[in-house]
Amino acid sequence: MSVDRRQFLADATKFLLLTGAAGQAWAFVAEGRPQDAPDYDIARHWWAMFIDIEKCIGCGRCVEACKIENDVPDEPFYFRTWVERYYIPARDVTSPRAEDHPKVDSPDGGRHGFPDIYPKEDGSKSFFVPKLCNQCAHSPCVQVCPVGATFESPDGVVLVDKDYCIGCRYCVQACPYGCRFIDPRTNTVDKCSLCYHRITKGLTTACCEVCPTGARQLGDLRNPADPIHELLRTHKVQVLKPNMATGSKVYYNGLDASVR
Amino acid sequence: MRAGFRDSEHLVRLALLFGVGVLLFLGARAILVPADFGELGHFRTGALDDNRRRPVVHAGRAACAECHDTAAALAGGAHAKVGCEACHGALAAHAADPDAAAPPELEAKGLCVRCHGFNPARPASHPQVDPEAHAEGASCTDCHEAHSPAA
Repeated sequence: MSVDRRQFLADATKFLLLTGAAGQAWAFVAEGRPQDAPDYDIARHWWAMFIDIEKCIGCGRCVEACKIENDVPDEPFYFRTWVERYYIPARDVTSPRAEDHPKVDSPDGGRHGFPDIYPKEDGSKSFFVPKLCNQCAHSPCVQVCPVGATFESPDGVVLVDKDYCIGCRYCVQACPYGCRFIDPRTNTVDKCSLCYHRITKGLTTACCEVCPTGARQLGDLRNPADPIHELLRTHKVQVLKPNMATGSKVYYNGLDASVR
Repeated sequence: MRAGFRDSEHLVRLALLFGVGVLLFLGARAILVPADFGELGHFRTGALDDNRRRPVVHAGRAACAECHDTAAALAGGAHAKVGCEACHGALAAHAADPDAAAPPELEAKGLCVRCHGFNPARPASHPQVDPEAHAEGASCTDCHEAHSPAA
């Protein structure tokens, strides 16, 4: 069989144009449109979280609930949220220039509570800091993703497209808060999705649902009636690493300067 | 043909090859990039739905109140604002079918101590006890009402 060049070019052009068009058409038919969902208007929400360090008792319910709710691997180094304990010892008056280095621990992410290991000395300071994805509005992790597998959703949540993730780990390195991990089962990245499957159904996140002291509160900044506006107005709030200009939407009340 | 363009045929051939390359790229792109990519940003719009598809495991206190009189149980006590699933565990399966999935029995002592055992890192205003010295082997619920303890 012989095909001359003219014939080959004509056939190849037809093949490319036709299969491309068919692919486009099929994908259009196959995909659903979340913004068309009747019960949730993606343009009317802008999710954030308020964390009150002065209320956190370090019980670890949030860590446990998150693991169950989001099917996070059980090993003690995979967390979508975790709790850290900071301990700043009493100042040593004999060496006044000594830095007050905080000691930070998080046994199993704080999932089973914190053993009482530090001396009860006067002048020391200790407190709990719940951590999770800061849902940055200008996320370093989104900026480095080479394939568009992680993104800031129109309602302000940084999400992962597990079907699209190639597991390159750039985002794991880029996150200044250490909030990402590689799921060993899929070899794709995973992180806090702010319980996107819950908040889009009118529920609060699993961690907020089980927090016994109300130290964590989900908020919708685009809803003028949401209590988060009053919380932000009446408390002295700070975000983590504000110098990095990540546009973090996890606001901490009572954040100590030693927290990184 | 003018002398200066004597070799123009191979330029035409080059242009054609380039054109084929562009078409190949566009064709491959049309096939490989999902149609909904880039609608709302540099991502696949369908990924929003994928994230929403995860099953709910914690039912939420509103679901509990549909069958149980939680308001009466918690009324007036220091636990009024504590979610049911903070102590009782994830119960969406039970909320969906109360007969199929019974909530687990609770072990009071470990449960209470998780929040009320003494720890210097806890806020001083939070009620805390040394469980050994405080109870001397008694169960918490011997003295305290778990759902509405005195503040």
